[in-house]
Amino acid sequence: MSLIEITEVRKSFGTNEVLKGINIDVDPGEVIAIIGKSGSGKSTLLRCINGLETIDSGSIAVAGAQLLPDELHLRALRLKIGMIFQSFNLFPHLTAGKNVMLSQMVVKKVPTADAEATARKMLDRVGLAHKFDAYPEELSGGQQQRVAIARALAMQPMALLCDEITSALDPELVNEVLAVVKELAAEGMTLLMVTHEMRFARDVCTRVVFMHQGRVHEIGAPQDVFGDPKTPELKQFLGLQAA
Amino acid sequence: MTYSFDFSWIGEYLPVLLKGVGITVELILVGAFFGVALGTLCAWIRALGPLWLRPVVGAYVEMIRNTPFLIQLFFIFFGLPSLGFRMSELQAANLAMIVNLGAYSCEIIRAGIQATPRGQFEAGASLAMSPIQTFWHVVLIPSLQRIWPALSSQIVIVMLGSAAVSQIAAEDLTFAANFIQSRNFRAFEAYLVSTVIYLFLAIVLRQLLRGAGALLFAKRRAAQ
Ligand SMILES: Nc1ncnc2c1ncn2[C@@H]1O[C@H](COP(=O)(O)OP(=O)(O)OP(=O)(O)O)[C@@H](O)[C@H]1O
Ligand SMILES: [Mg+2]
Repeated sequence: MSLIEITEVRKSFGTNEVLKGINIDVDPGEVIAIIGKSGSGKSTLLRCINGLETIDSGSIAVAGAQLLPDELHLRALRLKIGMIFQSFNLFPHLTAGKNVMLSQMVVKKVPTADAEATARKMLDRVGLAHKFDAYPEELSGGQQQRVAIARALAMQPMALLCDEITSALDPELVNEVLAVVKELAAEGMTLLMVTHEMRFARDVCTRVVFMHQGRVHEIGAPQDVFGDPKTPELKQFLGLQAA
Repeated sequence: MTYSFDFSWIGEYLPVLLKGVGITVELILVGAFFGVALGTLCAWIRALGPLWLRPVVGAYVEMIRNTPFLIQLFFIFFGLPSLGFRMSELQAANLAMIVNLGAYSCEIIRAGIQATPRGQFEAGASLAMSPIQTFWHVVLIPSLQRIWPALSSQIVIVMLGSAAVSQIAAEDLTFAANFIQSRNFRAFEAYLVSTVIYLFLAIVLRQLLRGAGALLFAKRRAAQ
C-alpha cells in the first residue's frame, strides 16, 4: 500500500489555478525529487500535503487516512509527516536542543528528560550533538538546517517533505545538509523533496517528478527522466539546468 | 524672594509618604503585570483570535485610547456602583490601571505579533502544534522582545499616570503629597519631595523592566 496517495488534487489561488489535477502515489521508503520551473506549483503541492494549504478538490491520504481540513485531522496528519523549509524556521528564542525538544513536550507530552534524550540523539544524528546549547543565531545556515531536520525527526514522522532545503545556503554548506538527507534516505525514510540539486536527485532519488504549469508533466526513475526526457518542456528545463 | 525652605516636616509625615509610595508601587506592579497579561490576551485575539471577538476587543481598545484616564477612573469608581459593582478606592485604582494599560499594551504587543515571520507559524503547525500552542511557545516571546522598549515606556507612562488615582482618594504618593501640603502649607517642598520620589521610582522601574527583558530574552553565548 502507498504511504502517501495524492489523487486528482486541484488548488487555486483566486483565479490562478496552481495545481491542475495532481496524481502521485508514494510508497514507503521512496525518495522522490520534485523538479520544475519557478511557479510550476512545487511548493504548493508540498504545502497541500501537510495541510498548510487546503486543497480545492481531489484527495490526499497518508497511511490510509484522508487529509481533512479540520484541526484534529490536520494535527494527526502532521504527526505522520514532517516538513523542512527553505528558510529553516528555527525558533530564535530557543537553543538548538530546546528547538528539538519543544514539540515533543508540547504535542506528545513527553517528559522533559526523555525529550532531551531524544533531542540529543537526533542532534547527534545530524552531526550537531555539540551544539545542543547554541542558539540559532550562533549557527551557520547549514547547521541551522540540520537542526531543523533533527527537530522534524524527533517527532518520528513516517515521511519528510523538504522544500528547497539547500537553496538558502552558501554553496559550501549545501553538501553537509545533503549528506544528512542521503543518510536518512539510506535508512529508509520516505522523502518528498523539491530540489534544484540535479546531481543529488539523480544519485539518491528513486523517482523524479517533473512539474510543469500545475501538472505532473513527467514522472519516472531518475535515469529515464534525466537520461531520456520525453517532452520538449523537460528537455528545455534540463537544458537550462545544465547551462 | 524671601521664601525659606523647610523640610523639617519630613520626619513627622514620613509614615504618610511611605504609605503613599507603597501604594503607588503596588498599583504599578499589579497594573503592569495584569495590564500586560490583559494586553497580551487582547493582542492575541486581535491578531489571531476568533473573528467574532476581534471587533469586541477593538471597541474596548479604541474606547480606552480615546478617553481620559481620569474619566475611566471615575467611571469605574463612581459609575459602576450604580450597576451594583462596588469596590474600594484601591481596587478601583488597580482596575482602572489594568484596563488602561491593557488597551495600550494590546496595540503594542499586536504589532510585535504581526511582525512574526510566517515561517514561524508554519514551523509550529508542521510540528503538529495547535495554533494556540504555537502562539504561546513560539510566537509570544520573540514578539514581546521586538516591542519590549515600547512596552516598557508605556508601563512607565501608566505608572506616572497613576497620580490621578488620588482623585478618588486612593492613598497613593500624590494623595500623600496633597495631604501633607494641606496640613503644613509647604506645597513647594511637599511636591518637590514627591517629584523626586516619582523620578526615582521611574528610574528604578525602567531598570527593572530592562532586567526583566534581559532575563526573558536571554541569549546565552554558545557553549563551544
Ligand atoms: N499564498 C499564495 N497566494 C497567491 N498565490 C500564490 C500563493 N502561493 C503561491 N502562489 C502562486 O502559485 C504559483 C505556484 O507557486 P509555488 O510556490 O508552488 O511555485 P514553485 O514551483 O514552488 O516555485 P519556486 O521554484 O519559485 O519555489 C505561483 O504562481 C505563485 O505566485
Ligand atoms: Mg517553491
